Amino acid sequence: MMMEIPLIMGTKEAEDNAINTLRFYPGRCINCGRCYEVCPHGVFAPSEARAKMIAPERCMECGACQVNCPVAAISVDSGVGCASAMIKAALTGSKEVTCGPECCGR
Amino acid sequence: MNEQIIGTTSNLTAHDRIDHLQARLGLNRMGHKVVPGLYSLGTPDQRSPVLVSANYTLSFNALRSSLAGTDCYILVLDTKGVNVWCAAGKGTFGTEELVHRIQVTGLERVVEHRQLILPQLGAPGVAAHQVKKSTGFSVSYGPIRASDLQEYMREGKASPEMRRVTFPWRDRAVLTLVEVKLSLKYLIPLSIILFFIAGILGVLVAVVAVLGGTVLFPLLLPHLPTRDLSSKGLILGALLSLPFIAWLAYDGSVNALALALLILALLLIMSPVVGYMALNFTGCTTYTSRTGVKKEIFRWVPVMVAMLIVGLSMLSISGAMYWGWL
Repeated sequence: MMMEIPLIMGTKEAEDNAINTLRFYPGRCINCGRCYEVCPHGVFAPSEARAKMIAPERCMECGACQVNCPVAAISVDSGVGCASAMIKAALTGSKEVTCGPECCGR
Repeated sequence: MNEQIIGTTSNLTAHDRIDHLQARLGLNRMGHKVVPGLYSLGTPDQRSPVLVSANYTLSFNALRSSLAGTDCYILVLDTKGVNVWCAAGKGTFGTEELVHRIQVTGLERVVEHRQLILPQLGAPGVAAHQVKKSTGFSVSYGPIRASDLQEYMREGKASPEMRRVTFPWRDRAVLTLVEVKLSLKYLIPLSIILFFIAGILGVLVAVVAVLGGTVLFPLLLPHLPTRDLSSKGLILGALLSLPFIAWLAYDGSVNALALALLILALLLIMSPVVGYMALNFTGCTTYTSRTGVKKEIFRWVPVMVAMLIVGLSMLSISGAMYWGWL
């Protein structure tokens, strides 16, 4: 799901986050406000000209911001943070499943 | 085309509550479905709001039961009986299904406005700008919790608190039901085997470890020290072995070396067993990321395996000494 976005658009902020796969390219941001509307962990916040990534360490990589960003200013390798699914995929060599009938029954 | 609108209410019946309990217990797992389509609540007209939900009874019922006194439409997507957040992650609560459902229900002829309110947790599956492009409907993401909806609709916006997902003890407690149910399929055979090897004490160790991982761990989650779930579980498992260690030391029916080995074995087995269950709880939380869980697996699974191997070896040696083979 990783989107290819040239780093030319990136700034220091984009490259700063080494905690997870979330990348923000403020150069592209049109300040539509979607990212802080959808983020369940308050990673983004409004500011004057563009959105601001205030807490990348809280990101759970759900992908909501990337999917809803109309100008591809955000990229994140989204997935379910579920050890059960990852271990199962690693042991059986199959594709990592997401929640639902194929998975744990939760 | 004549639009078919299904009537519903904000009342939950005894039947609904039984369904919820069964869903929480993981019984009849894929049977908690609502028919996808357009529903009316109260007496909505052409200007009434349209809210979107999943066709999982717990999702749909949480929505409608929080809308008492509101005349509105509810558009139920076909998420195959999966809740909003999980279905959004899969993409079944998604752009394509939403566009499709708007079209097949003839929603544009039912309401004159072009506004939809989606649950915020549906956002990972829905590209709002694409829905607008395909159907003309603009998407607003409502609050995370249905219980905040009335206030959201009154104020016309969600407060920052409404937008933040939490994981309070009630939500964690309700998950323990299905965790216990899922653990029974290995706890029961394990207990039977352990009964024949180590008697009632063996069974107790298994029960305490498994209930520790499935019930105590979720309940104590934010109160256990350390950050990642695996180390929290390792700590809890070690703590749970202490009563057994105390009992063994007090009992003192084996010689000192065998006892020391047995005590260490208990610690080195119970800790990684609970630790592993804790690691597997990551998918149930509301905050773990894929990157974080991957790191956790690489960091802690080798430690758990090593502990278990050493622990089981010590247990075997201690057992052999007890039965006089060594």
